[in-house]
Amino acid sequence: MTPALIAEVREKRYPRARGAQSHVALAKLSLQVAAGEFVAVVGPSGCGKTTFLNIVAGLDRDFAGDIRLAPRADGQPARVGYVFQEPRLLPWRTVYENIALVLPPQRDAVVEDMLQAVGLAAAQDLYPLQLSVGMSRRVAIARAFAIQPDLLLMDEPFVSLDHDTVEQLRELLLKLWHARPTTVLFVTHDIREALVLADRLVLLSGTPGQVVADVAVSLARSRRHSTADIEALREEILRRHRELIGAAAAAAATPVE
Amino acid sequence: MIVATTAQRASSWTLASSFAQRIGSVVLLLAVWQIVAEAIHSRLLPSAGAVLIALAQECVHGPLLLSLGITLARVAAAFAVAMVVGTAIGIVMGRSRTIDALFDTWLVLLLNLPALVIIVLAYVWFGLTEAAAIGAVAVNKIPNTAVTLREGARALDRRYADMAASFHVGRWRTLRHVIMPQLYPYIFAAARSGLALVWKIVLIVELLGRSNGVGFEIQLYFQQFDVTRILAYSIAFMVVMQLIEWAVFQPLERRASVWRQ
Repeated sequence: MTPALIAEVREKRYPRARGAQSHVALAKLSLQVAAGEFVAVVGPSGCGKTTFLNIVAGLDRDFAGDIRLAPRADGQPARVGYVFQEPRLLPWRTVYENIALVLPPQRDAVVEDMLQAVGLAAAQDLYPLQLSVGMSRRVAIARAFAIQPDLLLMDEPFVSLDHDTVEQLRELLLKLWHARPTTVLFVTHDIREALVLADRLVLLSGTPGQVVADVAVSLARSRRHSTADIEALREEILRRHRELIGAAAAAAATPVE
Repeated sequence: MIVATTAQRASSWTLASSFAQRIGSVVLLLAVWQIVAEAIHSRLLPSAGAVLIALAQECVHGPLLLSLGITLARVAAAFAVAMVVGTAIGIVMGRSRTIDALFDTWLVLLLNLPALVIIVLAYVWFGLTEAAAIGAVAVNKIPNTAVTLREGARALDRRYADMAASFHVGRWRTLRHVIMPQLYPYIFAAARSGLALVWKIVLIVELLGRSNGVGFEIQLYFQQFDVTRILAYSIAFMVVMQLIEWAVFQPLERRASVWRQ
């Protein structure tokens, strides 16, 4: 079977201001994701994870390399859903309209179905500024699933939320993913979160972002509620991949421009 | 629900009280006018009462309503052209550095070209025609609209455009749901100042080269030194413009900003 995603980023540079040396954000980053797989891309902040997702989403075409998405069964190009780091809902459109916007016209049933699935049917006529942070994230997730994506990109969608909200949102995400299977590329800096959610972890080093390890998560999904099991797995990964910690420390020491 | 009703009642109460304040202010102005006019007692400063009577007479027997209609039609045409063309120019200049660099100086020149010069040149080059008149008024307003909308286009939030692009929201829907709502505050600002500017310039255009409309009538009464009728026509037009502000702009603006509460 052909992979759902083949990403080869030989190099991604950001020009620095006025003649100074340009900055290499990603180098020799190659990644294959099988259809239906949930892959977490884990790396220290500033290692180019968001840059990588934007390249995969087709928002950033200024890079050396190649992104190939397997076409849909009907030959149409693959559909990509994107959950950004902040919900990025249009504040001047209602919850309902925000989801309807990404669909072809007159798909009321799909919108209603998605709102039901994330438990926000009652909030459909509210504007984003009237929502709690947790609700906004739900809408963003509903919007991404609404298009029946072949590839779902998630960019640290649960950062800066309180613990309970994060737990609920992770559970919701897994529930939706089981009901509507799709390939997921989930970016995070939190190994625990990656272990709870993903089939496979791709560990990135600090700048420039490069794959330093590719780890399949052997722990059964039914046992991932156990904090002890997750913690043990995390310790093991950190022990085996010292270089990740080293790179993370180096990245932290280098001042980010 | 109860909270909402109370809030609505409170807001309609403040609305009513601000309306009462405005009425009070107008009555005060009329009273001061009346007293000063009676004290001076000159044909060149008619009293408020005399002007209001003349206004009523001109409405019923004179050409006031017809002139008002003709002038309003010109205002509407010039305003529409200026808003559409100015908005398009502003958006393009705000989005493209190259075009902005090329035409910024043109815009500055146009902004500083006196209205009278534009009107005279339009009549000289294109004749004393309706199109020349409306075009001259529009050209006066276009640079203002373009400058305002250029600011709006520069302030567009890239993150929303990225969202729309990643979900393949089409061009037209992106424009309508993602881009335009971010520009509405700028469009309203341009429209407000635009209407005020356009109607003042339309009167000059009518005075210089048209044979009907409020500007033309004012010119006739100017030749007769009939200050009463000059003021009557001005008041009629000011009232209509204020009505447009209340009945059109304010409700539209409220509708466009419901999401902010």
